[in-house]
Amino acid sequence: MGIELQNITKQFGEYKAIDNLSLNIASGDLIALLGPSGCGKTTLLRIIAGLELADSGKIILENKDTTNLPPRKKNVGFVFQHYALFRRLNVLENVAFGLNVLPFKERPSRSEIRDRVEHLLKLVQMDWAQKRYPSQLSGGQRQRVALARALAVNPRVLLLDEPFSALDAKVRQELRRWLRKLHDEIHVTSIFVTHDQEEALELADKIVVINKGRIEQQGTPQEVYDHPANAFVYNFLGNVNVFHGRVHNGKVSLGAHNVDAPDDLKDIEEKPSQTFVRPHEIGISRIRSNENDFAGTIREVRLLGGQIGLNIECEGLDGPVEAEVPRELFMNLQLAKGVQVFVSLNRVRIFTGDYEI
Amino acid sequence: MTQAEKSIGNSPVVKKRISDPRSVQVLLIGLTYLFFIGFIFLPLGLVFSQAFEKGWGFYLDSIHEPYALEAVKLTLLTVAIVVPVNAVFGVSAAWAITKFNFKGKSALKSLLDLPFAVSPVIAGLIFVLLVGSRTPFGSWLGELGIKIIFSTPGIVIATIFVTFPFIARELIPLMEAQGRDEEEAALTLGAKGWQIFGQITLPNIRWGLLYGMILCGARSIGEFGAVSVVSGHIRGQTNTIPLHVEILYSEYNFTASFAVASLLVFLALLTVVLKRGIEKHFQKNSFHH
Repeated sequence: MGIELQNITKQFGEYKAIDNLSLNIASGDLIALLGPSGCGKTTLLRIIAGLELADSGKIILENKDTTNLPPRKKNVGFVFQHYALFRRLNVLENVAFGLNVLPFKERPSRSEIRDRVEHLLKLVQMDWAQKRYPSQLSGGQRQRVALARALAVNPRVLLLDEPFSALDAKVRQELRRWLRKLHDEIHVTSIFVTHDQEEALELADKIVVINKGRIEQQGTPQEVYDHPANAFVYNFLGNVNVFHGRVHNGKVSLGAHNVDAPDDLKDIEEKPSQTFVRPHEIGISRIRSNENDFAGTIREVRLLGGQIGLNIECEGLDGPVEAEVPRELFMNLQLAKGVQVFVSLNRVRIFTGDYEI
Repeated sequence: MTQAEKSIGNSPVVKKRISDPRSVQVLLIGLTYLFFIGFIFLPLGLVFSQAFEKGWGFYLDSIHEPYALEAVKLTLLTVAIVVPVNAVFGVSAAWAITKFNFKGKSALKSLLDLPFAVSPVIAGLIFVLLVGSRTPFGSWLGELGIKIIFSTPGIVIATIFVTFPFIARELIPLMEAQGRDEEEAALTLGAKGWQIFGQITLPNIRWGLLYGMILCGARSIGEFGAVSVVSGHIRGQTNTIPLHVEILYSEYNFTASFAVASLLVFLALLTVVLKRGIEKHFQKNSFHH
């Protein structure tokens, strides 16, 4: 096991940041801790690194119990949201820091340190900047140096705290792919914290969705995206339309229509329900193809890069529907503001329970 | 030139609003100069003209005279003790306040300004009441042969009290702005406490620290009120430069008094020059912050 967390609890005053959380991560995996801000994901990361002390629980890194070790002995690599490079040291000295502070007996020779640092800087494609200071680098470059610095000490695990969130969209995407490639090369067990579901879906071997200090669901990106365990996960993984209704003897009310309830909800006599639909899973046509289609009028058209966003007011539904259609379909159907369309809600997910958005 | 700039340049209405009328500028600049002349240049000139009234020979004699030399020595000794002590205290206090969370932190932060708010005379009296020979603590020290009031330790302690906020106040905003990310990064990389302090924290605050030390030193040299209360004005023993100036002045020995005072002025000017140098360095290196 790469990382084993057992019953971690952490409370700040009245506020429970981590609530009896357990998690196992296989060696060599790249894991995303995904959750809204304030859900406890960063606290969890800092607890693993020893920067924060858990109230109770056990932390085992690569089969070594590190719960009571001081942070400098945990041997984790930590990458900070705002890089945290040493501003008075140049790139070379930054990356070498973790080796230079080793006790004399364990410290490699000067030339070995230099070789290792140069190797790492090549790995992160920053070897051209050895003598630069952090202030002379861009955000993306700084974060790559920070990564090299964290890797220099041969960490048991690598922890990244929202590593890309301070970068602009284009660099963020580039760096994301680059990190994935790098991880495939070095295979150190890694956890990165993010609130960006796209980042988690694209980058991680496994996603752990966290809310209010608890794990809501964990699994591969596909599992989590296609089979969300509950309304929170579904909602957090992408844009959604929500329709409130009731489950009643095998039927779910959806606006003015009733649709068949999914198997797991068949036996419920009577319960409030929420029906979720992702905008890109909404069917749009100019002719009614099914009796359950809703007639509606396009109120707003928005350009979303490759997709077109539509805001449609439907008869028989309590709120407007947000849909996304490919440009081609948009052109073919000659859609525009004010046009009458039929909306089909085929691929819906229905949850019952008290979850509120 | 962008379109916006063009339209501003062509429109007299907008132009009027972006700069004050010439007359206001002239008035403000004039007032500033007048103030500087009245309160800085004139007094400075007066000090030197008085100091040299009886010629170079008398000037040199006045500052070479044994009591004056003793006063200079005592002042330098005081500064040499006070500045390092306050540097250690200031760094520790700033470190504690900016890097840790603990009870009474905000109260401590406000109390840091107390020496600035309290009249120095009161500060001196506090120490007389605390460790004077008539107090239990003072008489106990006296039995051990340690004399604090009316001797050098008292002067040092009073000066420490009056000047301790300078360094901490300089460092707290600086360290607050820098946060604790770098220290945490160093910690996860395996550095020990003293390595973090020596290699990360201290280099990050060194210019602020130096700046605070210079202000602290300048104030230590010139401190009069608190020192005056605890020193006892014993010539050749417990007289600092400002006290010596005051004694000479009250003995109507004006020229000698101003001659010694001019030493203080030189030290003050030196402080200003050093301060300016550091500020320039700050600006030049600001991209490192």
